[in-house]
Amino acid sequence: MNNGTKQLVVLSGKGGTGKTCVTAALAHLASKDNPPVSLVLADADVDAANLELLIKPRILESQDFRGGQVAVIDEDNCQGCGVCAAVCRFEALHANNGTYRVDPIACDGCAACVTQCPEDAISMHEQIVGRWFRSESRYGPLFHAALRPAQDNSGKLVTLVKQHARLLAMDEGRQLALVDGPPGIGCPVISAASGADLALIVAEPSRAGVHDMRRVLSTTAHFGVPSLVCINKADINPEGTIEIETYCMQHGIPLAGRIPFDTGVIEAMVQGEPVTVYRPESPASRALHAVWVRVSDELQETPA
Amino acid sequence: MIIAVASGKGGTGKTTVAVSLALAIPSGSTTFLDCDVEAPNAHLYLEPKFTLHKDVGLPIPEVDEQLCTACGRCAEVCQYHAILVLAGKVLVFPELCHGCGSCTLNCPEDAIREVPDVLGKLEAGPAANGINFARGMLNVAEPMAVPVIRQLKNWQPFPDSALVIRDVPPGTSCPVVESILGADFVLLVTEPTPFGLHDLRLAAQLVRDLDLPAGVIVNRDGIGDSQVDEFCCEAGLPVLMRIPMERRIAESLARGQPLVESSPEYLPRFQELYARIQSLIEANGKEVQLAQIELVS
Repeated sequence: MNNGTKQLVVLSGKGGTGKTCVTAALAHLASKDNPPVSLVLADADVDAANLELLIKPRILESQDFRGGQVAVIDEDNCQGCGVCAAVCRFEALHANNGTYRVDPIACDGCAACVTQCPEDAISMHEQIVGRWFRSESRYGPLFHAALRPAQDNSGKLVTLVKQHARLLAMDEGRQLALVDGPPGIGCPVISAASGADLALIVAEPSRAGVHDMRRVLSTTAHFGVPSLVCINKADINPEGTIEIETYCMQHGIPLAGRIPFDTGVIEAMVQGEPVTVYRPESPASRALHAVWVRVSDELQETPA
Repeated sequence: MIIAVASGKGGTGKTTVAVSLALAIPSGSTTFLDCDVEAPNAHLYLEPKFTLHKDVGLPIPEVDEQLCTACGRCAEVCQYHAILVLAGKVLVFPELCHGCGSCTLNCPEDAIREVPDVLGKLEAGPAANGINFARGMLNVAEPMAVPVIRQLKNWQPFPDSALVIRDVPPGTSCPVVESILGADFVLLVTEPTPFGLHDLRLAAQLVRDLDLPAGVIVNRDGIGDSQVDEFCCEAGLPVLMRIPMERRIAESLARGQPLVESSPEYLPRFQELYARIQSLIEANGKEVQLAQIELVS
């Protein structure tokens, strides 16, 4: 692969279709390709980051992630007038023994209450809402993060993790930034997909999988990210597989292959390895090999 | 009673469990809310007939240029960088706006009024087994799921139900919190794999932060390893049901057939699950208080 760093993001719409298992296998296959593709990895599923469980990175550096701010009331100055609760649209302010209190989980950080409090008793405080990490793995550097449960700003953390990965890839002249994306189609997915040269959608041939694949394909199309689809557990519902293939054909979306249901994938996960390492000859590994060949061809064709 | 079905990891079977629970409870008493507004799927199994539709809008600022003096106060108070004042003009970026109203409140000229920006829609109608079904649907390319979920929860198109089941999106961040807030009980659906365990820990931490009683359903039991069981035991999380890994079940679900229909032997098991949850809630959550161990390393 030539012409600068390419960015590939793995998405799915529906959760649990196999994004992370596919990403780990692609990282392995890319790094042992002939010639090897130099990689940087990013885990953009900061809510539930699982890529590290398969590639066992060594953490080199870790830093706090400061998310949005939350309002804090100085109870000594609060007169209990309730203006703050009246202006808050997030139901984050509650009366409490003659004064008011902020529920930090409900607080959206808008600071409307700060501007309206007649006693100037409310101020905004930055919160540490997670950590991000720079690690090394056998397939290349990995950037990942852990957002604390119940926190906001996952899109911002996704952007940060990706930016670091992209900058390092450019600095070191690495060919591919491989991004393991989050489920859904909202804010963190939009952050994960932005700037990608190609999206690989891991679809599952269930009715739910087909439904959500369409939503994520509409999202990537909206943002102008070319996409291709691979079908995971393709043999679990042959009609669904045909439905996906027909849909892709009608919409000019290339198919990257079919991966069969294979218990080797779970066995590999328990061992903490990509399936292509743990069971290189298993049906899923053979199919993933073909997926990598297809994806790597497609990446070559994306404009630099 | 409100039961939220959540998971941390995606694809563990939240919708499978939520749908089967709704179908197992005698008809006419259940409301089902699909809070996974990014990737809603419960309608595929419960086949509702949507009779009610409503747009979800976020109030975004509109500036009256006659009154505006371009003083810049709106941009100064906006925490989301959704307003910019440039060369005497106010620019609004709707995709960044959270609809908090702070700009409107703080404009010294009263030059801002709010107009709804449509983010998605709500739909409701009768579904299988007399279930009152409602869902939210985030529009493609809209980033903000939370307002859609919040409005779905506040929308009351049906008479009060004895039981409300909420199907929660995957993850542990803001859309999940919004979907869980106000629930009486959280059912955490997991699978016995390293990914399942990792994300169950996060979800358990979230439930503990919100101080809600919870129980676990182990789906695809038999795959993976025993670490999820060890964790549940250590954390004092009751395992309320196990659904074994069977290819037959996976195939029926993929075709859109609810578990309790393809395997009717699960009907009484879901009824027992409901009774168990009721008794856990009545016990005031005491029985299910999570042990004070470090859940997230």
